[in-house]
Amino acid sequence: MELEAAKMIGAGLACSALIGAGVGIGNIFGNYLSGAMRNPSAAPAQFTNLLIGFALAEATGLFGLLIALIILFG
Amino acid sequence: MAAPHSPMHQFEIKRIFPIDFFGLDASFTNASLYMVIAVVLIAGFLILAMGRRALVPGRVQSIAELSYEYIANMVRETLGEEGMKYFPWVFTIFIFILTLNLLGLIPYSFTVTSHIIVTFAFAAMVWIMVTLIGFARHGFGYLKLFVPEGIPLALLPVIIPIELISYLIRPVSHSVRLFANMMAGHTMLKVFAGFVISLGFIGGWAPLAFLVAFTGLEFLVAFLQALVFTVLTCIYLNDALHMHH
Repeated sequence: MELEAAKMIGAGLACSALIGAGVGIGNIFGNYLSGAMRNPSAAPAQFTNLLIGFALAEATGLFGLLIALIILFG
Repeated sequence: MAAPHSPMHQFEIKRIFPIDFFGLDASFTNASLYMVIAVVLIAGFLILAMGRRALVPGRVQSIAELSYEYIANMVRETLGEEGMKYFPWVFTIFIFILTLNLLGLIPYSFTVTSHIIVTFAFAAMVWIMVTLIGFARHGFGYLKLFVPEGIPLALLPVIIPIELISYLIRPVSHSVRLFANMMAGHTMLKVFAGFVISLGFIGGWAPLAFLVAFTGLEFLVAFLQALVFTVLTCIYLNDALHMHH
């Protein structure tokens, strides 16, 4: 039972990696929006870059989630 | 085996026709069924939409043309004109994942992309294809991808392993993103659906309203994740084709 409890706590701790993903994704979309407001004509061209940044920011958080899933179900 | 009311029950794979392929379990499951449905839907839709090619497109033809143009522009922007020969592959990936994501949003249906093995197979296919294309075009010069230009010589022993790991981890991050988004979204929907029932007729309206709004968000996520998967495929292809970092 001790191990089971430690696993649960560990999985919860691993999910805290998603804090960073949340901050990162918010940062990227917020900055994109403020940039797009300043220069709306340049915004569509940067949409691909926006998605790349979003994907990279999310990936780091998802590694934490993956660890949590491995702990719980692996 | 998850209990019928658990949020994980919706991800259970059921065998429809058990097939034993020389000791391998190659059964036709509900996941396979939904992939077949997706292929039939996509092929049927595109054939129907483009069957009568009107000069002024109707509603159905517009949808087909818009999706084609959207991905074609994306491929042209990231890969250039020479990348257009990979367009059919990229478009297939996009439309297949998008259809699977959207099919999963129908109540009581099954989301194929919420299984890590399916998304990992997609990502591994992309990774292997990109690596093969890179080596076919540049020979062993493709290994220069791991040595960025303008880096001081002293830093190379650190940079090369980092670049190598980030290249090898690509299929993992590529697949986990799609899988985690779909799985987390559908689990959340089911959890809130449980709140609607347990709070009863009086208190259940608040989670129900949230559920409706969240379903709308899930449509956005379904589209966005298919798009992100496709954009990343294009970017990896661009690395293999042009190698500038």
